[in-house]
Amino acid sequence: MPDYNLSHLDQLEAEAIFVLRETAAQFRKPALLFSGGKDSIVMAHLARKAFWPARLPFPLLHVDTGHNFPETITYRDAYVEKLGAELVVGSVQESIDTGRVVEEKGINASRNKLQTVTLLDTIEKHQFDACLGGGRRDEEKARAKERFFSHRDEFGQWDPKNQRPELWNLFNGRKHEGEHFRVFPLSNFTEMDVWLYIQREEIELPSLYFAHEREVFERNGSLLAVSEFVTVQASEKIEKKRVRFRTIGDATCTGAVESNATTIQDIIDEVAASRQTERGTRADDKRSETAMEDRKREGYF
Amino acid sequence: MDILRFTTAGSVDDGKSTLIGRLLYDSKSIFEDQYAAVEESSKRRGDAVVNLALLTDGLKAEREQGITIDVAYRYFATPRRKFIIADTPGHIQYTRNMVTGASTANLAIILVDARKGVIEQTKRHSFIADLLRIQHVVLAINKMDLVDYSEEVYNKIVEDYKGFASRLDNLVDITTIPISALNGDNVVEKSDRMPWYQGSSLLYHLETVYVGGEHNHVDARLPVQWVIRPQSNEWHDFRGYAGRVAGGVFKPGDDVTILPSGFATKIKEIYGANGAADEAFAPQSITVTLASEIDISRGDMIVKANNPPKVEQDIEAMVCWFSQTPMVERGKYILRHTTRETQAVVKNVRYLVDINTLHKMEGPQSLAMNDIGRIVLRTAVPLIHDSYRRNRTTGSFILIHPGTNETVAAGMII
Repeated sequence: MPDYNLSHLDQLEAEAIFVLRETAAQFRKPALLFSGGKDSIVMAHLARKAFWPARLPFPLLHVDTGHNFPETITYRDAYVEKLGAELVVGSVQESIDTGRVVEEKGINASRNKLQTVTLLDTIEKHQFDACLGGGRRDEEKARAKERFFSHRDEFGQWDPKNQRPELWNLFNGRKHEGEHFRVFPLSNFTEMDVWLYIQREEIELPSLYFAHEREVFERNGSLLAVSEFVTVQASEKIEKKRVRFRTIGDATCTGAVESNATTIQDIIDEVAASRQTERGTRADDKRSETAMEDRKREGYF
Repeated sequence: MDILRFTTAGSVDDGKSTLIGRLLYDSKSIFEDQYAAVEESSKRRGDAVVNLALLTDGLKAEREQGITIDVAYRYFATPRRKFIIADTPGHIQYTRNMVTGASTANLAIILVDARKGVIEQTKRHSFIADLLRIQHVVLAINKMDLVDYSEEVYNKIVEDYKGFASRLDNLVDITTIPISALNGDNVVEKSDRMPWYQGSSLLYHLETVYVGGEHNHVDARLPVQWVIRPQSNEWHDFRGYAGRVAGGVFKPGDDVTILPSGFATKIKEIYGANGAADEAFAPQSITVTLASEIDISRGDMIVKANNPPKVEQDIEAMVCWFSQTPMVERGKYILRHTTRETQAVVKNVRYLVDINTLHKMEGPQSLAMNDIGRIVLRTAVPLIHDSYRRNRTTGSFILIHPGTNETVAAGMII
């Protein structure tokens, strides 16, 4: 009898496709959260496989902080067109303009936290009942406790102490009116798995992930990019460095790392040798020990 | 490289979080910023050494109380394998988490405090591992440093445990390893403090234990999850049935039966994640097209014609009850099985299992939280199933409370 074993990437791929299909089947109106970051790109790539040769049975949803690297938006629009998918944009700027949220003050001001309100408002406006997210359990200690199908109450809150047990591959997506779910098909991928999968599948990524020359300055141990969205203090020195980004988020809190990696293989080598987590470059996680749990409870990604 | 999924169980203070922290730290899966954060927290709490348990206790309440509340998933890899750990808490009230972690595991590590030996929790955890048909169990006898690395203490615990385990019917492979998670003895490297121990270190065992044959490759089963109809000009007549193979091997040209309708047809094409494929097996996610046009929807199952599963409405099952509100006879629940959801009524509770003595207790008519028992269910539509013993996917189900939508039970069909 032949040896019917799947490699670890094949197992993870099969699992993610199963979760994506289950989401389409169990919910009335799902959406796929798409930031232009590598995890959401991988998720969209898997979604295309899950429903091929049909188009995606749900739209992509981008929560736009307005503080983007221009490369992200260029990539997003090209990718959406290639997929033939529908794109819904929730705008943090609009939430600020309509008084739903107030812009943070001070030099570390970021729109990261404000996104939660915009996300929840967009979910309500479009009546989405499930949002597919690229979150992985290896990213952060609060995320390690996430389910594939993660319940949110009518206020969008996560209650980590009262989650539904998730057994075998039986996902319980039942909910009351006004509640919704976050679904994480990449739960069991690690950062390394994502890179190995991108390499195997030859997935194209935004140029920000590869080494390039950029003006940066150091703040709280992170290298931040100089942009119109941040105010560089007199004591902070602007330098031109060869850098790349390990995660792509809001330009005000996503740090760069010095790197010469210009290919996926270079990045894989770098990740393998790295002694810092990718979220170590995120100022939003450094606010407190439980920063991620606190934000997730309120309805963050 | 393949994947080993394992679960860890132990009671409070058995050092489970420390063991996992040790595996992650010594296999270099902990990053500097994570370690620095834990070092900082340890100092603030006044711990004498860096408290590796803090690496896994993620929630605020857990860090405050020094306990693990919910199943946490951890990842690490060596050049041999990728590992997924379901880290489950040991308190009695959290038995449901152990069942949850065990449901997807190939292997269970059961921790014992060398000073306490085999206790009620150890038996409970072993019984659950057995009930969920985990193929491999590692009994990790921890805190050997606190019993002077004594061979006698170790031998006594092994003997006690084997006496108990012989009464379980399924634990096929039990490995016992003396360790000190705190000091790292026999965790990643073999310890020279226990020269009398001839076996391998825990990590070496995890890297090399054989986990092929976890999936059923005999009985061909494809629960239909989603029907793909592109309705585009290019794919005008395409009608694909998407799902994850739950057992056996499918090939184009195979004679298949659609259940529950019983229609017979042939597999025309199989599409895997990378396009057309010659065959498909568990646990691949695939799409198939069929030779004839038949009305098929989610919840139906495509099976090989010569080897059908059972299609019945009266189901005998072992269940573990998760809810504060007890299960009662005549109670109605929503039952989710493969891709099918239906209603079910509890006709009868046959017996409860006393997990300390493994005795069957006949007479009770309800199951309280954390009770495990055998029940009879009647479903509104037939379940297309195999026994759990034969197939973990087509033999398992959950019960959902129709009012609260909570998952209230895990079931294994007999």
